[in-house]
Amino acid sequence: MSGVGIVSAQRAHFSQLLALKGGSVLPAFDLVYETYGTLNAARSNAILVCHALSGNHHVAGRTADNPANIGWWDNIVGPGRPLDTDRFFIVGLNNLGGCHGSTGPASPNPATGKPWGADFPVVTVEDWVDSQARLADHLGIDAWAAVMGGSLGGMQAMQWTLSFPERVRHALVIAGAPKLSAENIAFNDVARQAILTDPDFHGGHFYEHGVRPLRGLRLARMLGHITYLSDDQMAEKFGRRLRTGAGSYGFDVEFEIESYLRYQGDKFAGVFDANTYLRMTKALDYFDPAQDFDDDLARALARAKAKFLVVAFSTDWRFTPARSREIVHALVHNGQAVAYAEINSAHGHDSFLMDEPHYHAVVDSYLKRVKL
Amino acid sequence: MTQIPERADFDLIASWVQPGERVLDLGCGDGSLLKRLIEERGARGYGVELEDAEVLAAIRNGINVIQGNLEQGLSGFDDQTFNHVVLSRTLQTVRHTERILGEMLRVGREAVVSFPNFAYWKNRMAIMAGRMPVSEDLPYEWFDTPNLRFFTLLDFEALCAKMDLVIRERQVLDDAGHLVTEEPNFLGSLAVYRLGR
Repeated sequence: MSGVGIVSAQRAHFSQLLALKGGSVLPAFDLVYETYGTLNAARSNAILVCHALSGNHHVAGRTADNPANIGWWDNIVGPGRPLDTDRFFIVGLNNLGGCHGSTGPASPNPATGKPWGADFPVVTVEDWVDSQARLADHLGIDAWAAVMGGSLGGMQAMQWTLSFPERVRHALVIAGAPKLSAENIAFNDVARQAILTDPDFHGGHFYEHGVRPLRGLRLARMLGHITYLSDDQMAEKFGRRLRTGAGSYGFDVEFEIESYLRYQGDKFAGVFDANTYLRMTKALDYFDPAQDFDDDLARALARAKAKFLVVAFSTDWRFTPARSREIVHALVHNGQAVAYAEINSAHGHDSFLMDEPHYHAVVDSYLKRVKL
Repeated sequence: MTQIPERADFDLIASWVQPGERVLDLGCGDGSLLKRLIEERGARGYGVELEDAEVLAAIRNGINVIQGNLEQGLSGFDDQTFNHVVLSRTLQTVRHTERILGEMLRVGREAVVSFPNFAYWKNRMAIMAGRMPVSEDLPYEWFDTPNLRFFTLLDFEALCAKMDLVIRERQVLDDAGHLVTEEPNFLGSLAVYRLGR
């Protein structure tokens, strides 16, 4: 089965002020996005796909300049796939503060002409949803048939139902959580410390020094990567295998898992922006819709009008199934519509990106019920 | 299971549900009962189901299905959230019998329980002939049955008395789905109870 084929990104400029939750104001911003499928005449078939920590607008298909550049969720988008482009109009974007074309820390600060760097504000999930609503306006979409995302993307799907209850009919919250645990925040902070203490970080203004905090970003990614996998999966994939067959009693790469993590860290540090990484993890940490409701998630979700599909994965220890069930039970408490599937998968938190047949069947079956 | 007795079971349950009431169906399978309660009775329904294939089928049916294991109780569901909590043809497959009954009446005002009657005369005949019964309501061989508990109307009512559960209504059906009025523990193949505190 073929996917959506060659795709190209588009750019939208928004010249109206965007007030951010943290108190600052962005005078104007750009969002880079891709679309797949066709918006129907009633404009009722649009699905917004929100990305997680390191994702971007290139959700599906291949880019013309590099056929190896396949979208990060390509396996779920396309003709006949769960996000069926014969039926739906799919929108993916790079979030504000990102490093794949949307306005972010590496973009020029209109006040100085130099890159924003450390001065780019910390953006929250609420801010992202506000900016995504501007994109919906731009595309002429009054209400999404569905907003969907995994992990941090699932938090955006949840937030959509709270910020704009009338503008989202279904929310698909995959491998999500209603807020981070202390342990989750702890992992994020170690990742941030790796970046902040890298001498090449220069307080976030490394662009003008012509360097990048590659060591810090690499460590941050290595740490993150461990938490996205499961113990079983690592044991199966790498075990205790050595690259050379014997220990060298030194500190070079010896175990296969070390080799793998370093490769992942290097690859990521080569393409990602450290300031963006800091902001993405902060957005995760701050997300807590129940905070203004005495930590009562049911009260927080009461204003949502969307129907929910919540999906969790058995070996996800970053956002365990218990975290998804908190969302489910809050919705049930309110009498709101929700279906919940707990998928057996070996791939930990990253399971949401995998082509697991039962998981995809769940999403497919749910979306087939969505009326256009 | 054939369709006829299942419908009869569902007919009774449907007649007990009023428009707008909230129903939780434990072991909801593909959501057939809930779908009916929603469409015909205007109920607001949720189901709990463990099996992947059934969860998928329930999602296809547009049911609010929540994947979970009844053996682990109903933690997460708040007290007295539902008007009716249904356990249709499932109690015999549950190990923690008392706990699930207690949980049903914690989260709901009424528990609706149906189960196959092991003392049905055809089952007694099978035992008399030296074989474990296989029938419309006990459709499995001994080696592949999901059933863990084998009990009768009298056994169940004794447990209700022990747990201080109030039997509000009892209906008993034969294996053709007809109501049984006399000698229910002998002539009844399937029993349906409404329980309260």
